[in-house]
Amino acid sequence: MKFNHELVEKNIGLLGILTVIAISFGSLVEITPLLFQKDTTEPLEGQIPYTALQIEGRDIYVREGCYNCHSQMIRPLRAETERYGHYSVAGESVWDHPFQWGSKRTGPDLARVGGRYSDKWHEVHLIDPRAVVPQSNMPGFPWLSENKLDGELTGKKMDILRNLHPTHKLYTDEEIAAAKDAVKDKTEMQALIAYLQSLGHALK
Amino acid sequence: MTNFWSIWIIVLSSVVIIGCIFLLRACSKNNTGVKEGESMGHSFDGIEELNNPLPKWWSYMFYITIVFSVIYLALYPGLGSYKGLLGWTSSNQSVRTLAESKQAVIDAQAEGRWVQYDQEVKHADEKFGPIFKAYADTPLEELVKNKEALKVGGRLFLQNCAMCHGSDARGSKGFPNLTDGAWLYGGELETIKTSIMNGRHGMMPPKGGLPIEDSELPGLAEYVVKLSGREHDEALAAQGQGSFMKGCFACHGMDGTGNKFMGAPNLTDNAWLYGGSRGAIQQSVKNGRSGVMPAWKDVLGEEKVHVISAYVYSLSNK
Repeated sequence: MKFNHELVEKNIGLLGILTVIAISFGSLVEITPLLFQKDTTEPLEGQIPYTALQIEGRDIYVREGCYNCHSQMIRPLRAETERYGHYSVAGESVWDHPFQWGSKRTGPDLARVGGRYSDKWHEVHLIDPRAVVPQSNMPGFPWLSENKLDGELTGKKMDILRNLHPTHKLYTDEEIAAAKDAVKDKTEMQALIAYLQSLGHALK
Repeated sequence: MTNFWSIWIIVLSSVVIIGCIFLLRACSKNNTGVKEGESMGHSFDGIEELNNPLPKWWSYMFYITIVFSVIYLALYPGLGSYKGLLGWTSSNQSVRTLAESKQAVIDAQAEGRWVQYDQEVKHADEKFGPIFKAYADTPLEELVKNKEALKVGGRLFLQNCAMCHGSDARGSKGFPNLTDGAWLYGGELETIKTSIMNGRHGMMPPKGGLPIEDSELPGLAEYVVKLSGREHDEALAAQGQGSFMKGCFACHGMDGTGNKFMGAPNLTDNAWLYGGSRGAIQQSVKNGRSGVMPAWKDVLGEEKVHVISAYVYSLSNK
């Protein structure tokens, strides 16, 4: 049978398969090699794995949708590095599953927010942003100070992270066993602040 | 990048580009068995499909994209380890420490590579560097008289300091007002600069770490109100003075004027970091207070801190 357009046009399954093949070339060239590059798979020298409390804080960051308004990706443009610090590099996101680069900045970039403000400032600001920044249009998150962590899943999360990076030995068994007690009865506020204060120190 | 992945990228990219050429040529040919311009035999509501070729301008545009991609891949780093004829990169993305990052800038310059971010910073440094250098070489006492410098300092303040101290520098509860002349660590130019460079950590433990009972708090608060020169209950304040003498004076001074070496606040100036009501004072004594000013040395660098210091000083010394 002679191959012609009609064959593809009248067979939706074949059309789908051929479309996927055509598109996948882009992924094969642009994504697959990155999975095997040192630049993208190895953490920076000063990249410390998240502690139990920081892991919980990171999950709260995701839960509250912080990434909708805050990026964690400083682009190599002087206007950005003047404000936020050294541009982000791939090795800084190695422990992040999924990464929190974001794509929109209603608020400022948070890639290097760690150490920039005091814990107290974060607390006041998260409860009511306008208490310290009158022009802010960020919503308040007062419930974070009320909600307590129970730590039931913290150890499991650490174990999963460790299994995702088998060569790096992120956590010892003792650390995972101690995880529950490390976060139990801490507030979500403490966890989120611990996470925010940990961001971006590797290139600072 | 290893050779394997480099070849992988080059081969796949080439296959795709060449494949596009073949596809385009194949689709441009008439292999339907119907003469050009004649009906394909489909008719829907009187609208007939004719066998017309692709518009010429459209297929030419397709060819132009292919030519563009070949030129692009020759000039820019797109094919595996191949660096491109221009030697262009957007930034030094493979750096792993701050030291490596600085070295990468020097290396790129020595090798004459075109790193776009480095170039941008270099141009800016050439433009703004001498200005900041001149400011840095001017003693702070001189700099506070320089209107331009204060304007620059004000901009930097808005960008970096206003989040805590407010855009009008009047602070808020827990974050010092910088305009009222009440200084925890001292308002001299050099002291302000030290505070910004290295940060500060104010620390008042609960009840100052002293054996003070909760029942003593109202009296103590009353005594502090007295120290600040406001209307007070004399008898209650006298009780409070007794509690004060248990040890509060060690940091706040016998007369309550504080100690700038420790950042212990002056209790007599009626400037209140955490509120001056009796209730707020009791809260401060009962639970203690701890204020942190982060260090800005590494974030901003000394030259910028120098200018900001002059600006902050100017706020309360007009």
